[in-house]
Amino acid sequence: MAKATEKLSTTVDPDEIAKFSALAAEWWDPSGKFAPLHKFNPVRLGFIRKTLCEYFGRDMTTRTPLKGLGVLDIGCGGGLLSEPVTRMGALVTAVDAAERNIQTAQTHANEQGLEIDYRHSTVEDLALSNPQFDVVLNMEVVEHVADVNLFLGTCAQVLKPGGIMIIATLNRTAKAFALAVVGAEYVLGWLPRGTHHADKFVRPGEIRDALTPHGMEPQPPIGVSYNPLTDTWKLSRDTAVNYMMVAQKAGN
Amino acid sequence: MTNAPDQNQMKTEALIVGGGLVGLTLALALAKGGLKSVVIDMLDPAQVTDAGFDGRVSAIAFANCRMFRVLGIWERLASKAQPINDIVVSDSRGPRATGKGGASPFFLHFDHKEIGNEPLGHLIENRHIRIAQQAAVEAEPLITLIAPQTVPHVDFADDGVTATLGDGSIVQAAVCYACDGRGSRTRDAQGIKTISWGYNQTGIVTTVEHERPHDGVAQEYFMPVGPFAILPMTGNRSSLVWTEPTDLAPAFMALDDAAFAEEVANRFGDFLGQTKPVGPRWSYPLTLQLAREYVRPRLALVGDAAHGIHPIAGQGLNLGLRDVAVLAEIATDTARVGLDIGNIQSLKTYERWRRFDNVALAAGTDVLTKLFSNDIAPVRLARDIGLGIVNEIPPLRRLFMRHAGGGLALGGEKNLPRLLRGEVL
Repeated sequence: MAKATEKLSTTVDPDEIAKFSALAAEWWDPSGKFAPLHKFNPVRLGFIRKTLCEYFGRDMTTRTPLKGLGVLDIGCGGGLLSEPVTRMGALVTAVDAAERNIQTAQTHANEQGLEIDYRHSTVEDLALSNPQFDVVLNMEVVEHVADVNLFLGTCAQVLKPGGIMIIATLNRTAKAFALAVVGAEYVLGWLPRGTHHADKFVRPGEIRDALTPHGMEPQPPIGVSYNPLTDTWKLSRDTAVNYMMVAQKAGN
Repeated sequence: MTNAPDQNQMKTEALIVGGGLVGLTLALALAKGGLKSVVIDMLDPAQVTDAGFDGRVSAIAFANCRMFRVLGIWERLASKAQPINDIVVSDSRGPRATGKGGASPFFLHFDHKEIGNEPLGHLIENRHIRIAQQAAVEAEPLITLIAPQTVPHVDFADDGVTATLGDGSIVQAAVCYACDGRGSRTRDAQGIKTISWGYNQTGIVTTVEHERPHDGVAQEYFMPVGPFAILPMTGNRSSLVWTEPTDLAPAFMALDDAAFAEEVANRFGDFLGQTKPVGPRWSYPLTLQLAREYVRPRLALVGDAAHGIHPIAGQGLNLGLRDVAVLAEIATDTARVGLDIGNIQSLKTYERWRRFDNVALAAGTDVLTKLFSNDIAPVRLARDIGLGIVNEIPPLRRLFMRHAGGGLALGGEKNLPRLLRGEVL
């Protein structure tokens, strides 16, 4: 699977740039195709910021509280998470298995003047060079991977001792199937049909079991719920559909 | 009219069109959240603090006083602020009512001790607020005030806003906040429609000196022609606001000093001894105006640009300041998670949060005005009883006070923006 990761700047093709620029515009249109992600973004970014500030003892009131932290964003897509995390001061490395996403994200970051290390790669490939991150962000990824145990084990490997992982995913419950698949894909049409397969949804216990053998200490899950009246997402006690989990790696 | 815009290009985060009481408060609140802004105002800052420019006084609700404290405005203002400890609302001709109608047996009494130690609000001359704000702005490196200057054009694009100023210079920002008042050109240029009602009433404002102290008591009377208020100012002075049908107002404005003093004395009564109008008089037509939308991508309407309400309850500026508290909090929280402050979703959050409050108060004052501006016997009885009932039920009265003081939010205090709780951003 080891594909050469070539930098866009080395092979500048205006047509290609125009294509990815159009794709980036699509990714970054708050009321376009990716609107659900844009709506979800503030709550998960707020959670990431608060969790990391508390964990690393950073000042919550500054604009760049994550200054200097090495962050790996897995499954970065168009960079919807990587860019704001970079603005918060982190040094972000972002991977995506789809080459098109990486080029799209890179184009947008260039337009924004942001430095992000985008790589067309999987975390398994990345792990071969044994990088060590302070933070691994696994947002809306585990419900799409083929082998949750193997995947989370590799994610733990690229984390520094004392580092922290944040996971966001969908629970495998009847309610999650009703809301996230039937509701979001078929009734509301928020997501393309086939985006999610309910049998691949992951229970918090399964994440816990996958992480603990790798020296990780997972904390209880925190729910994220949608309020249809305000059209916003909020942290909640209900972990039956969307939830997030924090796990720290033992060590200094 | 220079044509070398390249030499004069500024980049900022928030462009604030209108540097009035609301616009400058917004700039200061954003700065507390670490956000840079450029404020453009068409008037000369030295001119707007002149006593002759704006004779109005504002009753700043207690929650907004808390925000002024956090923003460093209050410390520059405290000596100029008269605390309002009690508000007496009655349906009559005044404390020593004479003539037709007579004093009504029902009245409403708001005592600040019922809701805590804070005064219900403070009465402050607008020009003193402006002076304090300008000083605070000057001390704040994140704010650039450009005035006097116009903003003939603002271009809204997907990735930002670009304003062209009257001298051809350019300001680029992530978002534009329209704080340019009732007649907001920024709002109109974007084709945002407003709904308005006229009341055919004009408010007349003047300052009155009186012999005896007012003890921080504000008096509001509901007269058939419209509301009439005596608001305590510092010293033995009160601000008198009364309303007249718009066609009669010019006659009052044209009276000579002696005749005007007599009209004032008739309305004021002698419960504080001899009275004497001091300083100029002003008149303002009363209208209600609401914008149909508060936000567009990269644009938010703030204060009177979004909602101009009937000033019957003294809530116009207070609503604008509550807009500021909410908007600054949302912008700060958005920027702190690395997101774009001009994105429509966070602006929509502002719209949802504010609209309920603004419309409720606009509707409330509209009903009050209609209810009190007539002398039909059953209506009169109904309003008397209405006031009497509110007075008899302490929880209801406290609710009224909290709402007027701005310390009330749907779902309780925890839903108040942080600045209105007196907290930092």
